[in-house]
This record gives sequence, C-alpha cells and structure tokens, in this order.
Amino acid sequence: MKETLLLTKHMRENPENSHLIDVYEKNNGYSAARKVFKENNPGDVIEEIKTSNIRGRGGAGFPTGVKWGFLAEDEERYLVINADESEPGTFKDRILLERDPHQLIEGIIVTSFASNISKAFIYIRGEYAKPARRVQDAVEQAYEKGYLGKNIFDSGKDLDVVVHLGAGAYICGEETALLNSLEGRRGEPRLKPPYFPAVKGLYNKPTLVNNVETISSVPWIINNSGKDYAKLGVEGSTGTRIFSLSGHVNTPGNFEIEMGCSFGEFIDNFGNGIKENKSVKAYIPGGASAPWFTGEQLDIKMTIDDVANAGSMLGSGAVVVMDEDTNLVLAAKSIVSFFAHESCGQCTPCREGTTWLEMILERIASGRGRTSDIDLLLDVCDNISPGLAWPPQMTTICPLGPSAVSPITSLMGSFREEVESLLPKKVLINNE
Amino acid sequence: MSWDSKLIDRAKEIIELYPQKRSALGPLLYLAQEKEGYIDDDSVVEISKLIGITEVQVRSVASFYTMYKQEPSGKYLLSVCKSISCEINNSKEVIDNIKEFTGLANNETDIESTFTFEEVECIGACGGAPAVQINYETVEGVTPTKALELCKYLKEEVPEVIVADELQDKFGGTKSFDWAIEDNSGTSSTAPGFQIIGTSEEK
Repeated sequence: MKETLLLTKHMRENPENSHLIDVYEKNNGYSAARKVFKENNPGDVIEEIKTSNIRGRGGAGFPTGVKWGFLAEDEERYLVINADESEPGTFKDRILLERDPHQLIEGIIVTSFASNISKAFIYIRGEYAKPARRVQDAVEQAYEKGYLGKNIFDSGKDLDVVVHLGAGAYICGEETALLNSLEGRRGEPRLKPPYFPAVKGLYNKPTLVNNVETISSVPWIINNSGKDYAKLGVEGSTGTRIFSLSGHVNTPGNFEIEMGCSFGEFIDNFGNGIKENKSVKAYIPGGASAPWFTGEQLDIKMTIDDVANAGSMLGSGAVVVMDEDTNLVLAAKSIVSFFAHESCGQCTPCREGTTWLEMILERIASGRGRTSDIDLLLDVCDNISPGLAWPPQMTTICPLGPSAVSPITSLMGSFREEVESLLPKKVLINNE
Repeated sequence: MSWDSKLIDRAKEIIELYPQKRSALGPLLYLAQEKEGYIDDDSVVEISKLIGITEVQVRSVASFYTMYKQEPSGKYLLSVCKSISCEINNSKEVIDNIKEFTGLANNETDIESTFTFEEVECIGACGGAPAVQINYETVEGVTPTKALELCKYLKEEVPEVIVADELQDKFGGTKSFDWAIEDNSGTSSTAPGFQIIGTSEEK
C-alpha cells in the first residue's frame, strides 16, 4: 500500500525549499491560475470542481462544487480560508501551510476567479505562528510577482489576500463563529437561519468558507481534470485525503492516500503498528468529536460513508490510536475537558453540561466516583444531545456540545466495565 | 502607556486592510500585547478610539480568546498541550516536571517574570506528542526530562529570540512531520511572532 501524492508531492520532492515561489513555479506552479485566466470561463471552473466530486476537508464533508454554486450574486463577495485547524488529533493543514503555501494561494486565485471574488482572507489559528509566517511570506512573494493585487496575471481582475491570525478559540473553526471572529467579535456561532454563509456571510455578504486542504486541491483538479480526480478514491469519497495519524503508533505523521482502505491496513502500513507490539484497544476515526471504534473494528473502510454507516465520522481525518493499556476514562476526560474549555458559553446545555461531564469523569478517574455516576453521566449527555443518537440531535446552536457526548457514549457502549471497575460496588441490603 | 504616533500609524495601516474597521480588532490586540505583554487598560482605550467601538466592547472580545492575556506574562510563556494525543503520550509528567521546576500552577507567572505556565488544548502537534510551545513556537516530542532541560536552558541562557528549529534540535524528539525547511524565524515576545504585511515595522 502506497501513498498517492497530489497535495504533498511538491513538498516531498523539494523538501528544503518547497515554500519558495521560484521553486513552486519551476515545478509547474501557478499553471492552473494561468490556465483559468487564459480560458477565461468561470463557469467551467465550477463545473470542473463539481465533476471532481470533492467534499470539504474541514470535517462536515459538504460537496465543494455545490457550495460554490450556492454563492449569491452581489457586488461584494468574499472568500475565507478556514485554517483554524484545532480538532484534537489533526495536523494536516499545518503541513500544507508550512510547506506548500503557494499551492493554497494558487487555489485561492482560481477559486476567486471562478466566483468573481476580489478579497480573500486566510484565517489561521493564533498558535500556528510559524505556519502563518510562511503563508504571509508567500503572499508577499505572490504580490511581488503580480499574482495578487491589481490586474493579476494581466487579466484586468484584482485580488487582495489578508492573512488574519486567530487567538486561541477552537470554536472559530465553526464557520459562522469564524466569520464573527473575523469581524472583530467574540467567536460565537451564529443562529441559523440564515443557513449558509454563501448567502449571508462576512459583513452579511455572500461568502465562501473553505478548508485549507480543500482549496489546496483546486490547482491539481484544474491542471488535470475533475474527471481524473473523481477516478481516485471511491465513489462518494473521491480524490486523496491527508490523514493525520497519532497516538500509540510507531511512526505517526500525515499520510496522503486515496480513501477506501481499512483503518487496520492504514495503521499497520503507515503507523508501522503499535508501540511495543501492543494491541489496539480503541481508536478515534476522525478527530476528537467522532465516536470511537474498538480494536475489533479495524476493518472499517476509511471513506466518509463507511465510517458514517458504522456510527461515527471521518471528520477532519485525524486517526488517534489507543493501545491496550490506555486508561480510557482519562482519555475520555481529556476530550471532554477540551470541549468544556472550548465551549463559547452561549448555550446552557453545552456550557453547563460539558463542565459537569468533566467534573464527574474527574472524580471517577481519581477513585472518588459514586455508583450513580454512570447514570448521571448519561443523563447529562441526554440533556445535551437527546437520545444519544448518531448523528447527534442538537439542543445547541452548533455541534460542539454534542461532540463532548461522543467519548462518553463510546465509553459506555464498549467499555462500560472499565468504568464500573473504578466505582464502588453497589451495597446490597440483604446480601449473602 | 498610551500609544505613540508610530504605533498609531501602524494600527491605521492594519485597519486599512479590512473592509470594516472592527475586523482589525484582533490584530490590534496583538499589537498591544506585543508592546506590553498583555492587554493593558491604555491600549484598550487607544483601540476603542481607533476602531470606534466602546472600551467594554474591546474588553468583551479580548476576554473571549485565550491568547489575549489579561495580565502581564513572564518573558517566556510555556504552553503545554494536554489534549488527547498528548494526554495518552504522557503529557502529565511533562506538566508535572515544568510545574515543579517553575513552582507555578496553571496560568501563573513567577515573581521574576521569567515564566508563565499554562496547560493548553490541542496545538496541532499530535504526531509529535507530547508537545510544548514557548511564546507560541512549537517544540515536539518533548520528554519529561527534556522539558526540565528546556526550562533550565531558558532560565540560564535567557535567549532573546525563541527559534522553534533551534529548540527542537536541543530539546525535541519525534515530530508530527519532517519540518525539512531550515528556518531561523522566531519570536521575541509573548505575542505570536507574526507581522502583518503592508505595515511599517519590519521583523
């Protein structure tokens, strides 16, 4: 089993200086941008993206071409790149920002051309200071060459790109929270409707919000074709995808593959198995928000639909492997604490519920649990996400609250005994 | 301290980049933090005047985000990740060691203003767990022992600029991916080392 390198090809072949514009251009860089300006048919570009069937790489998996098609007519329209990568386990956008920023900028140029946009923002999380510097340098190089700014590629069109730094809020990965943040407000998700930023987005103007990996795929699709892209991977999950592998594997990292192999093959092949030859107790298939799978479920295929059918999600493509000795209560607590910390505080079920879940798990983990704690955990979860179903029912504006429920339902579904073993035994009044 | 004309010019250049003034609020808060080490009251007043919103609105936004510090930080902001991949790769021991060395609890600054310690959520370095940031420069694969050495180094050598590559070589281990590109960029304050282009102050 091998990687299929589309997005990470250039950086692999030019490890020392893939971030420089000259090196990028020498390797066919900016040819997609030249091509679209030469052919000068925005409709064709959107068609090509629709044909490729690429689905958003941020987590929700929404078809990108369809999203572009929604963009309402207006004199002012914006493109916002979501580089607020913060889902625990995920570090794939970081490599694209650090090592191939021009690929992203070229994707921005093509996307802006297709949708007649003249102002784009790259919203990078504040903790990614170094990746942000690389992108900033690359933007500057592109301005110098005349690929950004006024009359780009002598096309008569203008395009400005601003790199905007976030300030440490996971919730800003949610697109409407990101837009609020970019407007200089608290990063609180907006009430829906209006459902799509493509109609009412930044400054209430039509706005495309796309993930770094999605837009970085655009130059390849234009240089080749949507058809060629759709041939890769499997139906419903076309193209390649960069998976971030971490946890108890021997060789963690980012691996670009065609979707369709099983998690077990992926972990063996690229992670080179589990540290100290241990076995897998559980793994997270798509970032901290995704319900876990057990070590017996390693044959599930890595596609958006297969994972959804098995009761979880491929999400951000972050695979976190936990070996047989992992304390799963502590693991669940870590995830719940994350959501408790990152809750924006607007909705009561999320703000209060996540904090309660954290407190209860903390006392169970430290041996101070009560026999009633499992029921209490599930009750709190039920108040955040009624019925504990997947995909989750919501009582909140955004899915952050229900995401904190995932590790608890996973724990209770497959590892209830492990939790019970930490609790005091029920005292029977007439015991023998 | 109120802002001098140079800083105000820079702030105005940043505001120019955005279709609406208020969007510059985030970058201006970083400008304040770069200067003072935290969001001080005078900067809040300056920013509110520049953008045309109230001081309370500025504070309301500043207090929402963890990277805008409401109190002065030490020279080095030590942020240790405790999210899932780091948690299962022993970040607790890294945290304990740093706490013991610095004598600090979460979100505290020492009396000499050398260190501020904080436990943070995922910093996108999961393949290099456990990971640490010093003034937002990432070092990956930091063992509990290396974490101690890192603290000692900062305390004794007192480097002016934090360069991730340099610290990674000295104190890091497994990385999330091959960093490959040689990089000497870094930061000299507890605000992320990032300058907005088109604004006058060079790195």
